[in-house]
Amino acid sequence: MTDLLAILATESFWAATLRIATPLIFGVMGALLCERAGVLNLGVEGIFVAGAMAGWLAVWLGAGLAGGVLAALAVGALFGALHATLTVPLGLSQHVSGLAVTLLATSAAYFTYRTALPDVTSPPRVEPFRPLRPEWLTDIPFIGPVMGAQTALTWAALALAPLIWLLLNRTALGLAIRAVGDNPDAVDAQGLSVHRLRFGAVVAGSALMGLGGAFLTLSAFDAFFFGMVNGRGWICIALVIFASWRPGKALLGAILFGAFDAFQLRAQTQLGGLAPSQLFLMAPYVLSILALTLASRRADYPRALLKPWFKGQR
Amino acid sequence: MAPSAPVALRLQGLTKRFGEAVAVDDVSLTLARGEMLALLGENGAGKTTLMNMLFGRYAPDAGRVRVADCEGVLRDLPPGQPQAALAAGVGMVHQHFALAENLTGFENILLGAEPLFALRRGRRAARARLEALMARTGLAAPLDEPAARLGVGERQRIEILKALWCDARILVLDEPTAVLAPQEAEALFMLLRGMARDGLSVIFISHKLPEVLGHADRIAVLRGGRLVGVRAAAEADAASLSALMMGAEPPPAPKAGPGRPGAPALRLVAARVDHAEPRRRLAPCSLTVRRGEIVGVAGVSGSGQAALAALASGLARPDAGSVELFGAQVARFTAAAFVAAGVGRIPEDRHREGVVGAMSAAENLVIERLDAPEVSRGGFLRRGAIAAAAARVLKAHDVRGPGPAAPARLMSGGNIQKLILARVLEAGPRLILANQPTRGLDVGAAAAVSARLIAARDGGAGVLLISEDLDEVLALSDRVVTMHAGRLTEAGAPAELDRGRLGRMMTGDDMGAGMAAGAGAAA
Repeated sequence: MTDLLAILATESFWAATLRIATPLIFGVMGALLCERAGVLNLGVEGIFVAGAMAGWLAVWLGAGLAGGVLAALAVGALFGALHATLTVPLGLSQHVSGLAVTLLATSAAYFTYRTALPDVTSPPRVEPFRPLRPEWLTDIPFIGPVMGAQTALTWAALALAPLIWLLLNRTALGLAIRAVGDNPDAVDAQGLSVHRLRFGAVVAGSALMGLGGAFLTLSAFDAFFFGMVNGRGWICIALVIFASWRPGKALLGAILFGAFDAFQLRAQTQLGGLAPSQLFLMAPYVLSILALTLASRRADYPRALLKPWFKGQR
Repeated sequence: MAPSAPVALRLQGLTKRFGEAVAVDDVSLTLARGEMLALLGENGAGKTTLMNMLFGRYAPDAGRVRVADCEGVLRDLPPGQPQAALAAGVGMVHQHFALAENLTGFENILLGAEPLFALRRGRRAARARLEALMARTGLAAPLDEPAARLGVGERQRIEILKALWCDARILVLDEPTAVLAPQEAEALFMLLRGMARDGLSVIFISHKLPEVLGHADRIAVLRGGRLVGVRAAAEADAASLSALMMGAEPPPAPKAGPGRPGAPALRLVAARVDHAEPRRRLAPCSLTVRRGEIVGVAGVSGSGQAALAALASGLARPDAGSVELFGAQVARFTAAAFVAAGVGRIPEDRHREGVVGAMSAAENLVIERLDAPEVSRGGFLRRGAIAAAAARVLKAHDVRGPGPAAPARLMSGGNIQKLILARVLEAGPRLILANQPTRGLDVGAAAAVSARLIAARDGGAGVLLISEDLDEVLALSDRVVTMHAGRLTEAGAPAELDRGRLGRMMTGDDMGAGMAAGAGAAA
């Protein structure tokens, strides 16, 4: 038991926690942005795959890491634009469209990968992001080694949460996004375009999801594998609810999930003989369901979520 | 208003069609600076559609809107652009308030008034300017509460502030008093009159004759989408306006003969309801509604009527005391049990609790008795029988709309109310709970609903009438009780009642000599 608790005090545990949380932070912030504007985006799982694939492919083709990041953002935005077109001006079911985007983006990514590399058996590697180790950081105890193990993308993810909070709560654009997710009629009556606001939010949110995918191939690993996203997108959807649509709580939720996952990896090596490994793999999901149940009972969701809006309709 | 006042707005030949139907037909109107114009008409006369064209929510099929700019020069508004109407100084307060409930009052006012992509916003300056505006106009409202927590009067003041914030010189209010208690409505008109004196032009939509006559300078009457007359309020009277509005002599106000009270239908015995919200609380109270009589409950909105209605329809159980229906004590408090016992319910919010908007009129008619043999057999709906019955019932109750198979949400408020009443009456109830049965209805529809209630009483049903419209309570009731802070007080038969005293009872000022003496001794 004390061994298990000792895990929590190790630097490598917290470094792993942040690493595991990074794609979730990008995904959950993207999903949160879409939902605050009133559009559920179930495409996140597929956009992760497409972003992972696009980022990796761009770097492999020689575009450099910045090119990979841009490619992932662009591919995410592209699938976001598809989802937004179907759900905003056309007003189709957000559930169905989101699932379709997930299936399409996943298959398109696998297809592109196989077309680009028909004969490869072991996935080709690229040179991934290296940890940022600024001078001033190395001397700080504990935080130094934990953050020193992180790449620029993790730093960006940690900065993203306060930025999204600022956008939503301290800018006129954020005010309009929150309003359009609650009462589109109010936004229309003030002469703002409901459809443009929603479209923009979905595209921007989906671009963030694409970046979350690229973290997997350009930072966490250095290659693209089939099945590497492995349900992370669905976790993001759950985390948004867990967070009651608040960026701060969403960041917390993502880190919490990362901690569960990092913990089970280490607990598994210590208690490996006691239980089947699948139970440990399952633990983060069970815990996130539990946390979700406890946290979201009083969730105050955007009132216009899932509701399409058309101009001039009663 | 002096005829020499400069013109603020000119509507010329506005026409709007929805499919085959002409909603607004060639309407021309002029509004002077500082004038208060009332737009009067029945439900569906085209009042809201006309104003939505002015505000740019609908593009007119013909005609144009011209608004005076700051120098008083009339300029054409581009059709169908709310942004242009806002910029030209037209503000609109919608009937169903257009506030985002997750934003505070302040944020709602600023929404759309700031450039979207600017980073610096000058919130403090905006706040100071807004507070100055509130002080100047007397429009007081909490600015830092989320709109979801504001009362209707406060929401409305936020909406008016929102319009004035965008420098509205013309303010349009769509049925501003429909949701307000009488005192709030009076206060609103005082504020509007003050702002009109400072040069604001006001158009308010209404179908209430007294408020139109009491507060407008001029009255424009719409009927069937056409402008049928414009009168100066000083020269108009209720009878002639009503005739213009209805197109003929108004139907005589329903006259209730005396009821013949029989056996008790509903008895509350020291029944008490506890609730966190005061408006859903009931002090221990006793009340008997007999078959064949109408008992009217008069009271200011939020005095506990909701708790009384919930108790009388099985939606709440008493925390103390008991409820008897038709002489038997009630053990199961569910809406279904009450319906089965013979209680018909006309809910307060007809859109939310009265009908399922997505279901057809025919389905809404049978929704309370799906197990009845004429509705279903062996678990399957008898669609033919339901449709046939619906066609007959809708015709008998003069429910107009897109037909029995169309979704109920497409019907107007007045027709939805008639539909609910039809459902209640067709079930042959022995007790009818009528909660705000004519709120928001035009004169014709309200008269029809009232007449049906009287007919049901004469047929032997007991009626518990809850209404914030004192005139309605006095006109229909055989007996009046007042409600204040969750307490019921027996007032007596309407003929013997003094309105002044009734008003004091409704506001809790009239405690009775004995209690006042007791209070004095205690102090």
